[in-house]
Amino acid sequence: MNSALIINFAYILSALGFIIGLKMLGSPATARKGNGLSALAMLLAIAVTLLDKEIITFSWIVGAMVLGTVIGVLAARLVAMTSMPEMVALFNGFGGAASLLVGWAALYSGAATTFVAITIVLSILIGGVTLSGSFIAWGKLAEKLPGRAITFTGQAIVNGLIVITLLANALWFVQSPTVDSVHLYAVIGVALLFGIMLVIPIGGADMPVVISLLNSYSGLAACAAGFVLNNNLLIVSGALVGASGIILTNIMCKAMNRSLANVLFSGFKAVKKSTT
Amino acid sequence: MTPEIQQLVYLTFILMLAIFVGFELIAKVPATLHTPLMSGSNAISGITLVGALVSAGAEHAQLATWLGAAAVTLATINVVGGYLVTDRMLAMFKKKATGGAK
Repeated sequence: MNSALIINFAYILSALGFIIGLKMLGSPATARKGNGLSALAMLLAIAVTLLDKEIITFSWIVGAMVLGTVIGVLAARLVAMTSMPEMVALFNGFGGAASLLVGWAALYSGAATTFVAITIVLSILIGGVTLSGSFIAWGKLAEKLPGRAITFTGQAIVNGLIVITLLANALWFVQSPTVDSVHLYAVIGVALLFGIMLVIPIGGADMPVVISLLNSYSGLAACAAGFVLNNNLLIVSGALVGASGIILTNIMCKAMNRSLANVLFSGFKAVKKSTT
Repeated sequence: MTPEIQQLVYLTFILMLAIFVGFELIAKVPATLHTPLMSGSNAISGITLVGALVSAGAEHAQLATWLGAAAVTLATINVVGGYLVTDRMLAMFKKKATGGAK
């Protein structure tokens, strides 16, 4: 049996583990087992990926994984029970950053077709928004930043300009997807700025909903990275997190008797109310 | 159809089905489980680690290796930290539940 076959077969088992794990996480009696099952599926996915023929050197991988594990274990053990949500926000930001870097690194693996270039831009864009948005959410919850909604006049216009700049640079980059393209750096920078602008007008009390939404985004970023690398496990897991994250965000909004739009744009409404 | 387009159609097919599964999975979740569920699915989104491993080990270019290694570190923090934090949260719930039963 060749390694590609083993890897893909194990990926099916991993995807199954994630699906059943998520289902079990939805009920109090099975939640802890579900989390364990999902972790086991992740371990399997990582272990078989190391069989990939494209992986030649392991020194960087081992070093990076040991470092990541030590930081992850320490962060998870040392964090106070009350500051769990901001820890999740921080982890989520790291996940987004990883998707951004994976998309970026994929540029070096050879000439990218237009489709691959589009998926690279998507994984960089969504990953970047997740990264900076999550850090702002963390800052608000950890009280490193003012928890109130930060709004200023002309914010909508500034946001509009950011979106236009982002789209224009993304289009330019897709036209000629080279490693040293100025537009690549522009997309990274503006995506990070966009993430900040998305989260600052939202008040600290609404942060859990925002983190849930950003979690959904980080799933989509992983999904985009899956299209870049032609990896179906990334696509399946990313889509699972993306879709279940949106549903969970919606449920959390409903529990507060509000709509998602109300949570995301309440900062702007407050400004309008105060000005009229 | 060229093989590339065929591959794309096949991946989009998988994507569509996975989205539907994701929608269906989370239906009635008690409010106490919202945060652990968010945290648990956040750990799953660290699956991008699988992509990062290939970038870090493939030796395409020096910078690509560094980007990949950084991605592996960050994604590992996401995965390891995410699962441990979720487990801690859920362990707390269990204690509370048995305490209440007594």
